[in-house]
Amino acid sequence: MKIRELAQLVDGELTGAPVDEFYEVEKAFASDLMSDVLRFSMDQTVLITGLCNNQTLRTCEMADIKVILMGRDKQPDEDMIELAIDSDITIIKSKYSIFKLSGILYGAGIKPLY
Amino acid sequence: MHYTFKIERGNFTDAGQASSSVKRTLKQLGVDPANIKRTVVALFEAEINAVAHAYGGTIDVDIDGEKIVMVVADEGPGIPNLDLAMQEGWSTASPQVREMGYGAGMGLPNIKKNTDELKIDTKVGVGTTVTMTVKLA
Repeated sequence: MKIRELAQLVDGELTGAPVDEFYEVEKAFASDLMSDVLRFSMDQTVLITGLCNNQTLRTCEMADIKVILMGRDKQPDEDMIELAIDSDITIIKSKYSIFKLSGILYGAGIKPLY
Repeated sequence: MHYTFKIERGNFTDAGQASSSVKRTLKQLGVDPANIKRTVVALFEAEINAVAHAYGGTIDVDIDGEKIVMVVADEGPGIPNLDLAMQEGWSTASPQVREMGYGAGMGLPNIKKNTDELKIDTKVGVGTTVTMTVKLA
């Protein structure tokens, strides 16, 4: 699924790095625990999270995650947005809960990481 | 090539800068993406550990054609029981560290998983030195 299509599904707003129009999201992992994010291979994976701080972005940078779906109406500050641009990470902000976001993506054919 | 970085106690705003810088360097050098991934995940885990638990320290990274050697040396409380610290899920992280999304007790086991060699020298009340090697060949 393309990033813009994913954003539309969750009534999301795009921020951070410009959208890579060719990038395909195939899998999702939902976690507020960055320690767990670092444990798995995250190729073509969107991180669904409510953790909104610099370390969310740093963790995604190390894990090669290109798209973050930030739920619960969390609002990244300017520093975070700058860091996202610098790290080539696109953020989709959504008002929906993590449970709802996970359900929408699962229903649309996005696969779980495991 | 040799790189040195400083670690500041509790500075979660800048934590990860060293790992980020090393990642960019390895990309520029054309290192295989799988090796970049395990190098920076291991370094990032060690960097976060030092920021979270120590009073300050340094990161030294040496890169040659065959391997990447990373040494994270801190002044800090040390690790009283290394066997316990290597177990998944064991953690002494503070509530502040947990609020940042860390402290699940996965750091050292994940470093071991992502490196070819891991050496930990620790002395209670003095500090800890973590030496990690990733072989490129």
